[in-house]
Amino acid sequence: MTLGLTHFLVLSALLFSISIAGIIINRKNLIILLMSIELMLLAVNLNFIAFSHYLDDLAGQVFVFFILTVAAAEAAIGLAILVVLFRNRRSINVADLDELKG
Amino acid sequence: MWIETLIFYFFAAVTVGSALAMITLRNPVHAALLLVLTFFSSAFIWMLLEAEFLAITLVLVYVGAVMVLFLFVVMMLDINLAVLREGFARFLPVGAALALILFGMVVYAYRKAGLDAIGAPASKPADYSNTEALGQVLYTDYVFAFEVAAVILLVAIVAAISLTLRRRGDTKYQNPSEQIRVKKADRLRVIKMEAEKR
Amino acid sequence: MQNLYLAIPLASLFGAVVAGLFGRQIGRAGAHWVTILGVAVSFLLSLLVLKDLLLDGGEIYNGSVYTWMISDGIRFEVGFLIDNLTALMMVVVTGVSLMVHIYTIGYMHDDPGYQRFFSYISLFTFSMLMLVMANNFMQLFFGWEAVGLVSYLLIGFWYKKETAIYANMKAFLVNRVGDFGFLLGIATILYFTGSLDYYEVFGKADRLIDGGIEILDGTVWSAITVACILLFIGAMGKSAQVPLHVWLPDSMEGPTPISALIHAATMVTAGIFMVARMSPLFEFSETALSFVMVIGATTAFFMGLIGIVQNDIKRVIAYSTLSQLGYMTVALGASAYSVAIFHLMTHAFFKALLFLAAGAVIIAMHHEQDMRRMGGLKKYLPITYWVSLIGTLALIGFPGSSGFFSKDSIIEAVHLSELPGSGYAYAMVLMGVFVTAFYSFRLLFLVFHGKERMDAHTRDHLKEPGPVVWLPLVLLAIPSAIIGWMTIKPLLFGDFFKGVLFTLKEHDVVAEIGEEFTTPLAFVLHGMGGIAVWLAAAGFALAWYIYLRNPALAEQAKIRFALIYRILDQKYFFDRFNEIVFAGGARLIGSLLWRIADSMIIDGLIVNGSAYLVGRGAMVLRRVQTGYLNHYAFAMVAGLILLLGWAILG
Repeated sequence: MTLGLTHFLVLSALLFSISIAGIIINRKNLIILLMSIELMLLAVNLNFIAFSHYLDDLAGQVFVFFILTVAAAEAAIGLAILVVLFRNRRSINVADLDELKG
Repeated sequence: MWIETLIFYFFAAVTVGSALAMITLRNPVHAALLLVLTFFSSAFIWMLLEAEFLAITLVLVYVGAVMVLFLFVVMMLDINLAVLREGFARFLPVGAALALILFGMVVYAYRKAGLDAIGAPASKPADYSNTEALGQVLYTDYVFAFEVAAVILLVAIVAAISLTLRRRGDTKYQNPSEQIRVKKADRLRVIKMEAEKR
Repeated sequence: MQNLYLAIPLASLFGAVVAGLFGRQIGRAGAHWVTILGVAVSFLLSLLVLKDLLLDGGEIYNGSVYTWMISDGIRFEVGFLIDNLTALMMVVVTGVSLMVHIYTIGYMHDDPGYQRFFSYISLFTFSMLMLVMANNFMQLFFGWEAVGLVSYLLIGFWYKKETAIYANMKAFLVNRVGDFGFLLGIATILYFTGSLDYYEVFGKADRLIDGGIEILDGTVWSAITVACILLFIGAMGKSAQVPLHVWLPDSMEGPTPISALIHAATMVTAGIFMVARMSPLFEFSETALSFVMVIGATTAFFMGLIGIVQNDIKRVIAYSTLSQLGYMTVALGASAYSVAIFHLMTHAFFKALLFLAAGAVIIAMHHEQDMRRMGGLKKYLPITYWVSLIGTLALIGFPGSSGFFSKDSIIEAVHLSELPGSGYAYAMVLMGVFVTAFYSFRLLFLVFHGKERMDAHTRDHLKEPGPVVWLPLVLLAIPSAIIGWMTIKPLLFGDFFKGVLFTLKEHDVVAEIGEEFTTPLAFVLHGMGGIAVWLAAAGFALAWYIYLRNPALAEQAKIRFALIYRILDQKYFFDRFNEIVFAGGARLIGSLLWRIADSMIIDGLIVNGSAYLVGRGAMVLRRVQTGYLNHYAFAMVAGLILLLGWAILG
């Protein structure tokens, strides 16, 4: 079967689902959670680039460019927060972070 | 072309496999490394889609900077691995189910939208440079967004530093607002003393 | 002339206001002078009005003094209707009031509330005058309520005494029941005739006669019957007819002057006056007239029976009043309105006399009221004794006394009436004559004759009270003796009430009596041949025998007829019934409403319940806020999937 748009889109959807599963499964490890989010962004990027290629429009790639930028910034800040959290709590267990409990 | 398809399937398998492994592994260092592998293989796929610049950027920025940062943090934190494993099995069915549902819905949406009809694009000329094309668009049509992205990065730097900065106890510094608020009593103390005999 | 009419109630009101508001400043003497002057002015002017109407051929005055408001075509006015009936009532009211005012100077001499008392009795005079002078239902009702209010104030005059407070509450509440009926009656009249003015209503009476009201289960009653019965319910409350009579004996808690003024001569006669005034309406409803007659007859006889077993001197006279009011009511039922008013007038004089005399005895005995501790007072209180004898003779209907003329006329009228229930009424009034004579002379013998049963200390202090007390007694004794003789012909058989009291031809028993009437003397002689006089004589004889000859017989009878004694002593269990059913019932409803409706339902279920529900709901809902990141992420994802599903599939 020739490679078509749908192949890439299915791949992207698969990666997205895997990252969702990763978020839900990983109750204990905050770092895995953050990494799953990066994976999610990767899936979205793949989607954009696939469309950009098949529709012959550079806008998709420009979008990916910016997503990369923002993802990097978000990762940096997220990890900074994680570090500070760990300093105060000595734990990255999500179950321990329940101060907002109603 | 069958070679493209083959390459695609190979790298897709690597990506998916390493992603799955990443979310299930216990050791965060292993998980981070596997994420690196995921990024690498998806960079290959991006090249397949003739987005060379972005593929390289992915490797340079994402793998080179972000994942290294992840690894730094993982190794810096003193994590108790045994505790982390608890409760994994409880959520597995739910997570898997949700993921499958989502996947199913998205695929169904694609089918319904009839995206198969979109055929392969026209071939690019031999001297087509993806980087140049991207650069042309980026600095003209999207220059504002470009500037904003730069500011976002600045904000991220400032935020990350201000969150984690710990002051050293032995540095000397001035605090102007405190300097202004000084009162006479803070600096001067009047003492009554007996006049000394000549 | 109009100013004169206005001055009559206002003079009394002025006295009341000054004594009431400035009592402390003007002192005791000032208070009694200003009120006596006010009532005296009212009395003299009332005499003038009577003279004007009677002798100088004055016109009936029906006019409005002040229009309060006009709403939807109905006029609410203050107005006066001055005709012979009004003038007669005015003279009686102000006359007795004046006697009572003078008497009070002596009776309430040591009381700390002296000025307040005078203010109240003057206020009463004003209210009663407004009632009798009214030309419309609204003013009538105002006067009605006002006299009820003043009665309440006066019964509870010694407000620190618990029994006085129970009594005044009882009076007010029972009157309220009557007033409710009264108000409904006025409403019925207003509904059918569209007016509150007497003459307008009388003119449109045909609307009531033809009209029908559906009561409860679909039966249609004639509007005029309904209206008249409702009006009479008001009269039942005010004039203490069975079953709304229960307040009158308890009203003896008040000072004796007001027992004389209000609960003998004037306020209780307001009901009688009202029915007489409404004769153009009552005449057209035989059902209502029957009802009136039967109730009156029942009251006349059965209340008299209770008087036999009472030991408090004022209670005997109170039950006597109830009985005599019953007589007046019977006369009204027999369509003998003029006779009823005649008896009202004579009764006012001799009953007030008897009460004031009892008061004199009470003062002399240092506020002892139990007849079992009196006896042989004749030689200590001669004036009091002789006036009491005159009053008693008038009460039993001794031939020639004023009471004889009025009572015998009533008996004759009932005898001639053909309404349903007249046979029963005739029997009751005749037996009532016997009972009246019996208890009246029982009182006289126990108090003034026989063995002296008081203690030595009281006996040493026994002396006749001063002239300020016995002068009113004498002044009241005179009309008790002679007024019947003088006024029977013009009042009943003359033109006095022509155009004022209306009687249908077929009901006109008074005219029937009048056909045979020639002179008062002839009436007396005719009466002496009748059964009534001999029943009275029998009552006198029995009382003389038991209480003077053979006192032990009374005790033996009490034991032999213990059940009857108990029934009479408990006043036919009316009070117990009211206590358990109405008072208890009201308290039960109140308690139910408090505990169930208020505490349980409103507070518990609605207020606290809704708060509790909100609380529980919140308790459940707050579980969503776990604080765990992955739960939130999970929720977001789930939501996302749902939205996606909706977008894709829907």
